[in-house]
Amino acid sequence: MMTLDAVGIHRQARVIMIDGGQKVRSYLNTLGIHIGDWLTVVQRAPFRGPVLVEIHGTRVALGRGVACKIQVDLDGVIDKLSGRLEAVEAAE
Amino acid sequence: MRFVLAGQPNSGKSSIFNSIAGYRSATANFPKSSTSFTVTKSLVAGREVEVVDLPGIYSLTSSTEIAGAAERYLLDESYDLIINVVDASRLGRSIELTLQLLQLGRPTIVALNMMDEARRRGIEVDREELSKELGVPVVATVSRFGRGLKQLFRESLRHAVMAEKPAPPIYDLEVETAISSAIDVIDGIDPLPGVPIRLAAIKLLEGDPHIGARVDAIDATLRSELFEVTARLEEAHGWSADQVVSGSRHALAHTIEDSVVTHQDTSEGWREWADRLLLNQWTGGPLMVMILAAFFWMVFGIGQRAEAPLVEAFNWIQGSVADQFPAGSLSATVADGLVMGLAGGVAIVLPYLIPFLLGLAILEDTGYLPRLAYILDSFMHRIGLHGKSVLPMVLGYGCSVPAIMSTRILESEKDRKITAALTSFIPCSARTVVIFGLVAAFMGPVWALAIYLLNILVIVVLGTVMAKQMKGASPGLVLEIPELSLPEPKTLIAKTWLELKEFITIAWPLLIASSIVLGVLEWLNAADAINALLSPLTVFLLGLPAAVGMTLVFGVLRKELTLVMLVQALGTTEVNTVLSTQQLLTFTLFVVFYVPCIATIAVLAKQMGWRGAMAISGLTVVVAIVISVAGRLIYGLFV
Repeated sequence: MMTLDAVGIHRQARVIMIDGGQKVRSYLNTLGIHIGDWLTVVQRAPFRGPVLVEIHGTRVALGRGVACKIQVDLDGVIDKLSGRLEAVEAAE
Repeated sequence: MRFVLAGQPNSGKSSIFNSIAGYRSATANFPKSSTSFTVTKSLVAGREVEVVDLPGIYSLTSSTEIAGAAERYLLDESYDLIINVVDASRLGRSIELTLQLLQLGRPTIVALNMMDEARRRGIEVDREELSKELGVPVVATVSRFGRGLKQLFRESLRHAVMAEKPAPPIYDLEVETAISSAIDVIDGIDPLPGVPIRLAAIKLLEGDPHIGARVDAIDATLRSELFEVTARLEEAHGWSADQVVSGSRHALAHTIEDSVVTHQDTSEGWREWADRLLLNQWTGGPLMVMILAAFFWMVFGIGQRAEAPLVEAFNWIQGSVADQFPAGSLSATVADGLVMGLAGGVAIVLPYLIPFLLGLAILEDTGYLPRLAYILDSFMHRIGLHGKSVLPMVLGYGCSVPAIMSTRILESEKDRKITAALTSFIPCSARTVVIFGLVAAFMGPVWALAIYLLNILVIVVLGTVMAKQMKGASPGLVLEIPELSLPEPKTLIAKTWLELKEFITIAWPLLIASSIVLGVLEWLNAADAINALLSPLTVFLLGLPAAVGMTLVFGVLRKELTLVMLVQALGTTEVNTVLSTQQLLTFTLFVVFYVPCIATIAVLAKQMGWRGAMAISGLTVVVAIVISVAGRLIYGLFV
């Protein structure tokens, strides 16, 4: 388990927990980020800038402050989101 | 008959609205709120239909001021049909909102929009299957090209006449149990009149503060019973109740998506390539500088080429008009004022304004602005804000009024106030015209660029100070980055024209009238009194001729007026023959920073109260004096 701001570019991670108040949580939820979702880190801006993630075909920029509230689990370097999810579920 | 267009941001909702909005579309305010929406009347199969365009919302929870206003409209107002615009290329996330809308129990139809975009990304949606899953009609559309819209509105009308209410979506068992327990608790008290009790129960489980307060007001003892219900739900899942409910909706949305969507592999297009460079940690920043520099040079290049021959032509006209009247008479003064007012608009303002507005529309329509917010996020953190504040601030380069209004997209009040204050310092297109018309034209573009950079520096300092002074936490950046797109020439022109129309119909007549008034005041020697009154500032501090005093007074009405009034006050369009470069620079610096125009003060007052607006205006004068005096001294010493 680690926080999203520490995840490297092109790596996939699964959301385990969202810390912080209900406001942040519900805001992330409305943008389609929920516990259990897989996301890919697409870019990381320099100077502690935001993290760009791809989730359900949408790209969302998350400031470092927000990203460090999202606890994730890593599972290696992955190419395609949809293919991965099935593989993981089969393994489970 | 009234239809409401509801959908998530970037779903193409506005282009559906624009396709049927005639010239009679009007902006209206939400009840009990200053947030506005657009309404239009249109004929559908011979019937007059009113269509309301709500702002884009991600969900039916009030996370921002705008979303709250849209939510209240959907809950409280009367309408016949909801047209839910859904982005086919992001179906799962889009129908999370649909599932919430269906809980409203009002007749609903889904416009499955952006079908072309979905196909490009290898996504095929089974429209009939989706309709079956949701229990409402689904019409496929490509709103950008107007495809399917006729059918959408005909189907909408038919559905609205039948007034068939949709069945609410069913969530998983634990949530359903909790919902029915909550319904039992609030049964009979009707906390949200006109809203299905099931929706009220769901909102209570989600911890909606608004309806929670209403229940408290009716019977405070019910709160503890509701607390038990949410506690049971939380125990079963180990998450907070709001996350359980939203997670359940999320799961349902994605189950529906999986059953109606087939994916195909697609190759990368230019959009992905461009994004890789634009957002890359090494190339993103330099490319941003290059794009903004190109924008600057484009405005300057076009403006300068167009300005010179126009100014020459007006000088000739001015000369020949002056010959028609006896020198020194009132009629000569009025005629001269009229010509100067016209010349100011055509020859000095329009050459810079048109390319500037067009460029800003291109930046907006390509989707580059959210990318700018992403790149500048860490920079904005340094001044106590975050990336999203970039959006109002960039709009501020166009016009301060809509820019300050758009600070409503920010979640925290502290961010809204600081951003609104800083936005009033950003040189709007009117001030840009002064910078280009005086400094760039007579001193060279590098000097104009220096003024913009100095302005940014001042904003950084002010922002840092304000952020330290004000309390409150900022939630940080959470922003969707939509796909890049090629701007449509038609919408670009329409956007530019809309802004330009504002100048031509409101600012220009004011410009011409003020020019004549100034001429007459001068003829009556009344201008001298005001100029004398301002001379401690203009002559002593700024080292300018006393005649510019009046121009600064007119500038409070609209900033373009300073330039045109300057032309009128000095009696020539070639101001460099009267003013030295040092004076041009000092004058421009003062104009860029001092008091935002009346319209901006009014909108600031609406946003943060009269005291705040007055405090900011006072601050701008102090900053303007400090900067322009410093500029004058430094220029005098070194150049």
